[in-house]
Amino acid sequence: MQECHCEDKQMKLAQLLLKYKDTPGALIPVLQQAQEIFGYLSPELLREISAGLRIPLSRTYGVATFYSQFHLKPRGRNIIKVCQGTACHVRGGSKVLEAIKRYVGVETGETSEDLRFTLETVACLGACGLAPVMMVNEETEGQLTPDKAVKKIADCE
Amino acid sequence: MINLMDNCCSKCTHSPATPCSNYVLCRTAGPFCHTDKGCEEKRKNHINNVRVPSGGNYQQIIVCGGTGCTSSGSARLVDSLKEAVNEAGLSDRVAVKRTGCHGFCENGPIVHIKPEGIFYTRVKPADARDIVNHLADGQIVERLVYRDAAGNSYPHFHEIPFYAGQTLILLTNCGHIDPEQISDYVAVGGYRSLVKVLQHMTPEQVIEEIQLSGLRGRGGAGFPTGKKWAAARRAAREIKYIICNADEGDPGAFMDRSLLEGDPHSVLEGMIIAGFAVGSHQGYIYCRAEYPLAIKRLKSAIQQARQWGLLGKNILNSGFDFDIDLKEGAGAFVCGEGTALQASIEGLRGMPRVKPPRSTEKGLWEKPTVLNNVETLANVPLIIQMGAEEYRKLGTEQSPGTKIFALSGSLVNPGLVEVPMGKTLREIIFGTGGGIRDGKAFKAVQLGGPSGGCLAEQHLDLPVDFDSLSSVGATIGSGGMVVMDEGACMVDVARFFLAFTQKESCGKCTPCREGTKRMLEILERMCRGEATLDDLADLERLCRVVKNTSLCGLGQACPNPVLSTLQYFREEYMAHIVEKRCPAGVCAELVRYRIDENLCRGCGLCLKNCPVQAIRGQRKQPHAIDDSRCIKCGVCLSKCKFKAVVRS
Repeated sequence: MQECHCEDKQMKLAQLLLKYKDTPGALIPVLQQAQEIFGYLSPELLREISAGLRIPLSRTYGVATFYSQFHLKPRGRNIIKVCQGTACHVRGGSKVLEAIKRYVGVETGETSEDLRFTLETVACLGACGLAPVMMVNEETEGQLTPDKAVKKIADCE
Repeated sequence: MINLMDNCCSKCTHSPATPCSNYVLCRTAGPFCHTDKGCEEKRKNHINNVRVPSGGNYQQIIVCGGTGCTSSGSARLVDSLKEAVNEAGLSDRVAVKRTGCHGFCENGPIVHIKPEGIFYTRVKPADARDIVNHLADGQIVERLVYRDAAGNSYPHFHEIPFYAGQTLILLTNCGHIDPEQISDYVAVGGYRSLVKVLQHMTPEQVIEEIQLSGLRGRGGAGFPTGKKWAAARRAAREIKYIICNADEGDPGAFMDRSLLEGDPHSVLEGMIIAGFAVGSHQGYIYCRAEYPLAIKRLKSAIQQARQWGLLGKNILNSGFDFDIDLKEGAGAFVCGEGTALQASIEGLRGMPRVKPPRSTEKGLWEKPTVLNNVETLANVPLIIQMGAEEYRKLGTEQSPGTKIFALSGSLVNPGLVEVPMGKTLREIIFGTGGGIRDGKAFKAVQLGGPSGGCLAEQHLDLPVDFDSLSSVGATIGSGGMVVMDEGACMVDVARFFLAFTQKESCGKCTPCREGTKRMLEILERMCRGEATLDDLADLERLCRVVKNTSLCGLGQACPNPVLSTLQYFREEYMAHIVEKRCPAGVCAELVRYRIDENLCRGCGLCLKNCPVQAIRGQRKQPHAIDDSRCIKCGVCLSKCKFKAVVRS
């Protein structure tokens, strides 16, 4: 049976809220760290954060939906971020994205049903010298072709 | 004394609790408080280990650790080099070190041997042993030496055409010091400007020096930095803030990332000096979350600066307090705008507000705030060290100093380059950048990201400075320079940038929120061949309205890519609208692929690679493309060995 770490996570959240309770401007770092603990920001989690920091839920929700880094739905085990920056665009970035979409079977911003992949695009990874580029989890992969990109992804668990 | 920053013996008592004003200078030229040959010797050895002077018996293998080279595998390379050094028994006189970005990303991973200055490109872990042999017997590994397209080889760093045309003053440390060691930065003269400011200058003198230098903000607008500081100094409030804007969001720009990854202390030093000049005791660095390596190195730099009393209370016994906190962005391009960035630090949605009041009067938490870009702040210690007069010798009268550009696109040598302001586009693109790759023709250069414009062939001899570029509808912006060859469609490029700004518009003001959407729709219709001449008139009118009435810089500048392409590449718009044709063959809906029956050998390669099974045909018989299925991905064209696939 899989071990449940729920209590562990709740404990971490409580500590986090305690630490930032009286810090002005803490909402964004708290959301970032809470997302790191739980993987995504569920409605219950947003409620708890609002209560813990004494910020109206409407504002917490407003901030969580404003920034692209925050996710309100569960995410895949592997996060693919395909760069759509200018340099990548002029060197075939959209073809790389198309090929990945076909392989993973989801649209940009979606997660595959088996939770294996989440596919996202980013405006620029700042590795323009290596265009076209993508990030698979923490690794930056450069000088891609559609084939090369799909091969990299196929290796993911 | 394990580290240059450590106290040499019990006579040296510097610590954050008992600060000594001589601390920094003492590390490199001391000790001053006592005479001890042994202590002097220890310090000299530490410095030589960083500077690696020629003539010594000590060598260094530098491995580039920028994001580019890391993605090409430089981390594993460091391990294999260390192993090979140990195996060869050279570990007492050869060190392996990982530094920041060398700018020559396409040729990574890069290895640089000091003090000889030998430069190796595209190095694999399997090459480690040969490189170590080179150190043992002096024999250069020919196959790893950089070669240009004509086959000329350049074993030495300073001979490579990519570097020969550059003036490295900001980036010079990036490829030489270990960014995670404050001692490396101090060994090459770091934090000396801070000492000079704290010991010998008043805040007013610092501001005057910066004003004299003519330094202008490197974030895009080119506002005089000294003027900004002076305004914040005048604001009679107890609490003031310094913010370093490291939310480098322009697609195609990565100079700030490289500076933060390669030389983070120069930015910290600039911030502390800014704090002293303005009368602030708290700084923030707002760094975008997409730069994990920069964040990691900044964290370690801040921690080390605190550990040695260069940040915190009573810095170097001067009575001046200053500390820096790091704030991670959460993914919103608009946060690069000053007031939006401040809202984000306050924990709100990152939306800009109406100016005035300016940030220097009412900024973060309603307090006077100076917001400077990373590259601007990195210039500050240099100006203090060189003096304004010397600094002004670089660059032009109205735009002194150097500028770092991120060259990308269809170039032979994409990468990061630092050149004096006022060089021409031609010198940068065809000199340093090596010209257009694959023998294609130059078509356009896009400067300044989504707020900038596209310039054409006739502008190549323009000097690159703040004023010349804005006179033709472009801007330096943050320094992104994307070069396009004949294969790029300018309508598609305009559509690409509008799609970006439309997505990133925060939605607060109507012209930007609605205007970008409508402009994008028109451009998309053009790319599909569905637009009319009325659409073109609407587009031009919308550009004017959005430019004149948007709340912040994002909206005000977002029509620039459209306006500049309309001005210099109007015929391409007309081809899309009137002839329903994309001359560059980029816009998928206006392109058709077919197979020339006379050239096709029926090899089946296109058929096998077509992702949607749109190609039919028997082996050894000419194949054909089914238009109703074809998604115009162009795979068949790139795979065909007989040039039988034609795009029309």
